[in-house]
Amino acid sequence: MIEIQDLTKYYNDFCAVDHVTLSVRPGEILGLLGPNGAGKTTALRMLTGYFRPTSGRISVKDLHMPQDTLKIKSLIGYLPESAPLYHNMLVYDYLTYVAELKGLANKNQQQERFKALSDLCGLSGIMHKPIATLSKGLKQRVGLAHAMMTDPEILILDEPTSGLDPNQIAEIRDIIRNIGKEKTIVFSTHILSEAEATCDRIVIINKGKVVADDTTASLKKGALHDSFIRLTLKGPDPQKAQDFLTAMDQQLEITALAPEKDGLVSFEIRSPANRDVRPDIYLKIKQTDWIIMELAKEAQALEKIFQKLTREDA
Amino acid sequence: MSQIKTIAIKEFKDYFISPIAYIVIALFLIVTGWFFFSTFFIYSRADLRDFFALLPIVFSFFIPAITMRLFAEERNVGSYETLLTMPVSFFHIALGKFFAATAFAGAMLIPTLSYPLFISFIGDLDLGPVAGGYLGAIFLAGAYCAMGLFASALTRNQIIAFIIGCALCFTLTILNRMLFFMPPKIVTFIEYIGASSHFTNFSKGILDTRDILYFISLIVIFLFSTHLVMQEKN
Repeated sequence: MIEIQDLTKYYNDFCAVDHVTLSVRPGEILGLLGPNGAGKTTALRMLTGYFRPTSGRISVKDLHMPQDTLKIKSLIGYLPESAPLYHNMLVYDYLTYVAELKGLANKNQQQERFKALSDLCGLSGIMHKPIATLSKGLKQRVGLAHAMMTDPEILILDEPTSGLDPNQIAEIRDIIRNIGKEKTIVFSTHILSEAEATCDRIVIINKGKVVADDTTASLKKGALHDSFIRLTLKGPDPQKAQDFLTAMDQQLEITALAPEKDGLVSFEIRSPANRDVRPDIYLKIKQTDWIIMELAKEAQALEKIFQKLTREDA
Repeated sequence: MSQIKTIAIKEFKDYFISPIAYIVIALFLIVTGWFFFSTFFIYSRADLRDFFALLPIVFSFFIPAITMRLFAEERNVGSYETLLTMPVSFFHIALGKFFAATAFAGAMLIPTLSYPLFISFIGDLDLGPVAGGYLGAIFLAGAYCAMGLFASALTRNQIIAFIIGCALCFTLTILNRMLFFMPPKIVTFIEYIGASSHFTNFSKGILDTRDILYFISLIVIFLFSTHLVMQEKN
């Protein structure tokens, strides 16, 4: 669907995007992850035809930039970061303007599309309000309706959930997942749980370079071999419990965590080579009179990978 | 083509949604009305010659005020990104905005039609120069709008856009009065570059293709420069 080859962008001497090569398959939800200033927005802006690349090639379907930029633009719906809109317009007028610019000139078709979009993005109550009076979440929804106006095959969303409250984030994510069943979506974020929850594939970029590109599942499995387990016990003396666990298996690396409540002891247990040691721990503790309050594999694997790949010294 | 129309209509409406239109039109009427009628009765001549003589200098301050926001504001708010990622080209955007600004300048002139109406009651008004003058005013406004648009494309700061626009328009306006400073060899050339002499021909009721061509080339040059600046800035 989208092929990017050796894409590079310099701002004067600063290299924002450095020889990025990527391909996005049809129907895929691709998450572009990276710390702030990694080059996510610049990459997306080049993909949408807003910035001209310093070098490199972008093609969408059989169309190539820059000669087919106009056609490519009509295949793509784009939601820029923080949805910059015309503040003095009413939502309805704005949508009409967008529809006409995108070639949806027939009034009946426009009305139908507005109805569908207003259901999908939840705009029904705000159609006749000035954009300047809308809250950030509502503006984001108007931006999303703008992006989806002509039902494009590709949606590109730049940090669609930044600055929203948890309810709004959940709503936007639902919308993305719903649309993603039929469309190709590329979105950038620096919230890891979001990428994990919505994406089929994750690309991590740092300092303009791609540092990881894999499906969400195999990225979590593959990149970091160690697995982390969190154990909380009720009853034992902390030092005694740590000695007891260390004696169980010399390979385990055990770190005591700050106790949440009196009488509770928590550990983070790191076991090498992705071995699941939870059965062993359970069987061992069963022999004592301690109570297991929590025994869980840490779900933050992605966060650790992200930190490892994008740390300053990496 | 329909994109140009859509952008032009939207930009034109924008003037009237905000208070800009009403303030600019009111101020324009006050300024031109005051200067025109303060000397009108002294000469006891039933024509609009003094009004048209005023226009280039008044336009060189009013037109940049109309055009300064066209690109600068979009860049500053960020809506420029939304606009450019829709299926429109630089050419569509520049032309759409240019037509909107010129149409607004035309709208600004409509209330001044009451001057010739009033004069025709008190004297014998020759309609030829009046019609020519208004046609010339549209050409002049178009040329100044193209220059203002170019100034607006240069920066994201509206005040800078206004000042650059004023400087460009003002230079073309007063060039004809600076002729005595110029070496004799280039006087005819400089006189041709200046906007006033071409506009004066119109307001005398003379329709000369050279004058029409002058204004059209000015518009084309500055719209093309705007196009280049937009391309360069990305």
